[in-house]
Amino acid sequence: MTTPGDSASEIWPLWEVFVRSNRGLSHVHVGSLHAPDETLAVRNARDLYTRRSEGVSVWVVPAAAITTSDPDAKGAFFESSAGKNYRHASYYSKSEGVKHL
Amino acid sequence: MTNTITPDTSATADISVEEQQFNDLIEADSRIEPRDWMPEGYRKSLVRQISQHAHSEIIGMQPESNWITRAPSLKRKAILMAKVQDEAGHGLYLYSAAQTLGATRDDMTDALIAGKARYSSIFNYPTPTWADMGSIGWLVDGAAICNQVPLCRASYGPYGRAMVRICKEESFHQRQGFEILLELMAGTQEQRQMAQESVDRWYWPALMMFGPPDDDSPNSAQSMAWKIKRHSNDELRQRFVNMLVPQAAVLGVTLPDPDLHFNEQTQQWDLGEIDWTEFHEVLAGRGPNNAQRLQRRRDAHEDGAWVRDAAAAYAIKQTARKQFARTAEMASK
Repeated sequence: MTTPGDSASEIWPLWEVFVRSNRGLSHVHVGSLHAPDETLAVRNARDLYTRRSEGVSVWVVPAAAITTSDPDAKGAFFESSAGKNYRHASYYSKSEGVKHL
Repeated sequence: MTNTITPDTSATADISVEEQQFNDLIEADSRIEPRDWMPEGYRKSLVRQISQHAHSEIIGMQPESNWITRAPSLKRKAILMAKVQDEAGHGLYLYSAAQTLGATRDDMTDALIAGKARYSSIFNYPTPTWADMGSIGWLVDGAAICNQVPLCRASYGPYGRAMVRICKEESFHQRQGFEILLELMAGTQEQRQMAQESVDRWYWPALMMFGPPDDDSPNSAQSMAWKIKRHSNDELRQRFVNMLVPQAAVLGVTLPDPDLHFNEQTQQWDLGEIDWTEFHEVLAGRGPNNAQRLQRRRDAHEDGAWVRDAAAAYAIKQTARKQFARTAEMASK
């Protein structure tokens, strides 16, 4: 499977950008960009995605390096959690009204 | 034992499982993501719309960059630079969104500079006065926001997400434009005239930004069925004019439409006839600045070619060097 944008006709590879908006929060995907190498990718990411102090840290990852789950196998792949609602606190209703539970 | 295949009557005969899944997602007002199956028409339609939108942002830098060196104060110059930089950013967000559909940046750029791709006709109008920076912000960006806010909920995930970022930034654009006009309207007689003259020129082209009337908009119905578009062209145009009238009163400018009047029955502002021949002329490439805008974009692309090539060559060299160092290190162990 090819990564979108990663075709032979593109001179610069595609990078995915993740920004940490504040200390204590995780990096969140904000979008992608083109850059010839990782140094310029970080700089371009700063210019493109943090013009209004949206972040304190930036990650760039080559789009081609990301492996995703197969979208066609979506149902089967994530099936194991379906029907296991006992994994959620809301499943246990008998304790309703009891404080600090 | 005979092998009989019972046809599955639960699924509609002429629709595939993937298509049914796609239709269900659209129906449930969920989002389509890049690796999902989608009808070819949906993909094509999105690539067309998103790339046109990206081109508009990129070409849209030109009418304003024209005034960066002539801004009346350092503050205004800094603001204008920030705004033009935003437009570049918006173009890039949108190109990235289009790329998730398989379009390549190079193909999109080539189509633009070859004159094969469209962009918003509004950017083919000239900006002869400083007041035009005000009108662009207030009217052009105002119309853009009106168009774009519903696009934040477009059924294609990456497009909607790009629009969320863009809309956040556009509101600064509109306010700074309004402020430029407000200051001019509080100035000398000449400054007030300059503001009014500029509003007179931009008002109708801004209304045309919403596209042709609903009964003459070939792609609209399908786009709305796919939930890419959420409101019709005329609906959005009406919404925009309703917002504009009270804002014009605050500014003290008149809107150049003698037929504009409040309709008590609909509680909306009825507007006069729009000159669609002008719209089609500009769209067909015969607007005041079409040739100049494209030439400038082409020149910028060609002038920048050596930088792109050099950066790519440097990156390849660095990668090779790193690989060589790694091999050498392994050999020495």
